[in-house]
Amino acid sequence: MAINWFKYSAPSTFYGLAGRLVPWFAVPAAVLFVIGLYIGFFVAPKDAVQGEAYRIIFIHVPASILSMFLYLVMAGYAALGLIFNTRLSSMMATALAPTGALFAFISLWTGALWGKPMWGAWWVWDARLTSELILLFLYFGFIALHASIDDPRRADRAAALLAIVGSVNVPIIYFSVKWWNTLHQGSTIKFSGTSMHVAMQQSMFTLLLACWLYAVAVTLVRVRSIILERERNTLWVSELKEVGL
Amino acid sequence: MNQLSVVHLLVLVVRRDLLLAMRRRADVLTILVFFILVVSLFPLGVGPEMGMLRKMAPGVLWVAALLASMLSLGRLFSADYLDGTLEQMMLTPQSLSVLVLGKMIAHWLVSGLPLVLMAPVLGLQFDMPAQGLLVLMIGLLIGTPILSMLGAIGAALTLGLRGGGVLLSLLVLPLCIPVLIFGTGAVEAVASGLSAVSNLSLIAALLMLCLVFTPWVAAQALRISME
Repeated sequence: MAINWFKYSAPSTFYGLAGRLVPWFAVPAAVLFVIGLYIGFFVAPKDAVQGEAYRIIFIHVPASILSMFLYLVMAGYAALGLIFNTRLSSMMATALAPTGALFAFISLWTGALWGKPMWGAWWVWDARLTSELILLFLYFGFIALHASIDDPRRADRAAALLAIVGSVNVPIIYFSVKWWNTLHQGSTIKFSGTSMHVAMQQSMFTLLLACWLYAVAVTLVRVRSIILERERNTLWVSELKEVGL
Repeated sequence: MNQLSVVHLLVLVVRRDLLLAMRRRADVLTILVFFILVVSLFPLGVGPEMGMLRKMAPGVLWVAALLASMLSLGRLFSADYLDGTLEQMMLTPQSLSVLVLGKMIAHWLVSGLPLVLMAPVLGLQFDMPAQGLLVLMIGLLIGTPILSMLGAIGAALTLGLRGGGVLLSLLVLPLCIPVLIFGTGAVEAVASGLSAVSNLSLIAALLMLCLVFTPWVAAQALRISME
């Protein structure tokens, strides 16, 4: 039997699949959030240098990782939509953008809260902070461009091109800002090993996984709304029982 | 006539755009006046202390150049778009990328080059040393074409949209940050006794990168906007 690999690339079939998948991501995300925060606040020991304030790392680091990763995922989907003209890919890119922007914002916000006790300032013009801020602007640009074009097809394609140009630019921006100024502490976790306490690692990775699952769940919910909005004039939408008039 | 060489085509487009710009000289002057005005506002805003102004000068001039070039980008394609010329250009058998490159060059000659020539005068107002002025000028000379080229992508994407001007800045300014950093970095390097070559080389590298890719990307963007 031949497998139809492209079955779920049609919005009409993916809509149902996404609906069934959402709880499978949302529930583990909620559980892992609770576990990760518990370990982070009650099990992980106090940091020798940074005291209690370091605990913000447990949300700061996952948010930063996801904000950068989601931009690449978004650009990837946008590129797929632009190259193969698949409607669903563009919808996924549109659905990912607000979540990515949210994580970029959380990363900046928690970074500011962390910076105040550590560096004595809410904001410093450090390389990573600055490039994260620029990343947030890139997300805003994508969302704003998409929102200001009425024709969804043109909006998808224009925003996709912007996302691709942005993703080419991200490393250039990152290194230019890095050479410009660096105050931010380096990564504690490297491929060669880490100096971190086990409980801290557990909490951080649990929360990273939780944020990841949350991002997937929220994107799926959002893409379902986008599908409904775009396909509102089709027969299959009018036959859905949640749409019934 | 069919076999128009690339260079010939480029010259034709540049000459046409320059001619159009010369017919509307006020547009060019407005950008230059805007540039001077923005730069002049800074001493009024932060106070007339010379030491601080000297330190700020490269950054102020670069940011003002960035804003001034954003201001003129809206007109890059919009006039041709409104009177239908752009559509005719896209129907020609010649490469759209080359046409776009021609328009980028013309845009830079009209809105970038005057800023480069004006910058030393404004730099003197900030009491910049001669060597710093020279590096600033070289940086602007190779940096402002990048602004025109990246800006062309944004201008093509926002063609015919409401509120295009503000949106254009939101799209393009973050992409221009590396140019700003290297441009001001070069001047600061000279001021602290180092060589400006590394920073200038990086801008030149960005220029080469943009020269290869942006005409094609902007042409794609135009195709998306025009279909």
